Amino acid sequence: MKKPQDILAMPHDQLEALQLAGIKKTVAACYENVPFYHDLFDAAGFDPYAVETLDDLKAAPFTTKQDLRDNYPYGFFAVPKREIREIHMSSGTTGIATVGGYTEHDLDIWGDCFARGIWYADGGEDDIAQICYGYGLFTGGLGAHYGCEKAGCMTIPISAGNTERQIRVLREMGSTILCCTPSYAMYIADTALAMGLDPKRDFSLRAGIHGAEAFSDNFRAELEEKLDYKVLDIYGLTETMGPGVAIECMEQQGLHLAEDHFFAEIIDPDTGEVLPDGAWGELVLTTIDREATPVVRYRTRDITRIIPDACPCGRTHRRIDRLHGRTDDMLIIRGVNVFPSQIEDVMKTFPQIASWYQIELARKNHLDAVTLKVEVNPDFDFDQMSAIEKLQKDISSRLKTALSVGIRVRLVEPRSIPRSEGKAKRVIDLRGDDA
Amino acid sequence: MIMQLTVFLENSEGRLAALCRTLADANINMSALTIAETSDYGVVRIICNDVFRAVDVLEDAGFRAAKTKVLAVELPDRPGALAELLEALDSTKVNIEYGYCFQTNGEVAIHVLKIKPEDRPIAEEAIAGAGFKLLHWNDIAG
Repeated sequence: MKKPQDILAMPHDQLEALQLAGIKKTVAACYENVPFYHDLFDAAGFDPYAVETLDDLKAAPFTTKQDLRDNYPYGFFAVPKREIREIHMSSGTTGIATVGGYTEHDLDIWGDCFARGIWYADGGEDDIAQICYGYGLFTGGLGAHYGCEKAGCMTIPISAGNTERQIRVLREMGSTILCCTPSYAMYIADTALAMGLDPKRDFSLRAGIHGAEAFSDNFRAELEEKLDYKVLDIYGLTETMGPGVAIECMEQQGLHLAEDHFFAEIIDPDTGEVLPDGAWGELVLTTIDREATPVVRYRTRDITRIIPDACPCGRTHRRIDRLHGRTDDMLIIRGVNVFPSQIEDVMKTFPQIASWYQIELARKNHLDAVTLKVEVNPDFDFDQMSAIEKLQKDISSRLKTALSVGIRVRLVEPRSIPRSEGKAKRVIDLRGDDA
Repeated sequence: MIMQLTVFLENSEGRLAALCRTLADANINMSALTIAETSDYGVVRIICNDVFRAVDVLEDAGFRAAKTKVLAVELPDRPGALAELLEALDSTKVNIEYGYCFQTNGEVAIHVLKIKPEDRPIAEEAIAGAGFKLLHWNDIAG
């Protein structure tokens, strides 16, 4: 019987033929059904019906996150709403969120993509998958859920938080696969150790599929030692689908792209020029068979490279290297994408504070702790301690609403935030390389 | 009513010393200083002889400083004086945000009270009615 994972060993030339056929459909569907793309292609002189080779896609213009925001909420939908089964949104204040739509087919391929992580870990029906990514508009929870179900795992949709219960379930249900952010996995490990448990004896974990934030090799080694399992890195973004765009296999030497669903290019972020395999640059993705919200040459702003060699595991899908940062100022805080401009937008609503600020990122018990330092304005009545406390709390709660991430606010003295050449260094990342 | 100097200070090394040095260099004399603090910051409240100039020199030096209107009441230096004052205020139901005492000579003590502006007339009436002397800012500025 043909198994869904057979496609992972398809000869690359056949895979490319499949990609070309899909891309032709994608660019035509975008042109015909998404007014934004109709105008964009026309303005760039790109003929969507003239794509004959994968190289021809280089003539297509890029799509940016700003384009998605500008067309919020439904501007990028290429099918009627009645065909949409689900939507997800990237974090952001209303109006600047980006929306992904999923038809039944899209949900199916999403499940298939994430399920590859389970297959890479030699997992399947004998596994018990504990999903502690947050369920909701964030793609982490449901993406993992569809994947684990697709792979046939007994799936535990416990969602994020309540660490002691996570540990109880890990122990009592005997979970074998853990899906969450790497930092939360470390937090679970340390909490279990502090509770006097020995994860090697008390847990049955075999593999962890950890993504949504970058982590170092040292961090991985520490996690694997503490929880006695194998850690696989997973990559994805709401704009193209969610987690599962690329996942590591047990070789842990880069993440296999789901090349039957996504066409990847690496470009020079400054010139837009496509770089050869092996060169570091910005990852650009085109969806091959996404129905609801297809994207053409989406600039991810993530820096990686395509690993030129074949993977020792024998799978033919090419690999991207582990991410090396971003080309923009986006921060990843506890797995949530945060742009400094979102923080500025919230700050503007408080006349009591100046526009100078500094974001301090630190790691506390392996979880990101964020402090926003803001300067008080002279006309704010700081003589009243309760007013200061209330202001800090109000800013913090408005940030929480806008960013879905808890940020501690600290009022500081004027001019205490260092300015260099008249410009403040806005982000101090103390999380170190050992993220 | 007198003017108090209020300074917002970060809870970090040397800030209080820098504040006092700045005032000293401007030849400003303090009669009282009190600090309300949290782990991150402190609010320093000062009674001094020239609050208007103090705010200017501190702001110039990069401090966040402001003038705050507070009530100052002269109390006889004997047991029970403060209790009587507070009891007089208690009957008016006005809320006291904070208060502190200081003494400049052996005869009398001065009690500072921060009361919401809208409650201030009622409080002043009650204080005067109980026989206490309210100080004007000229009484402090020297």
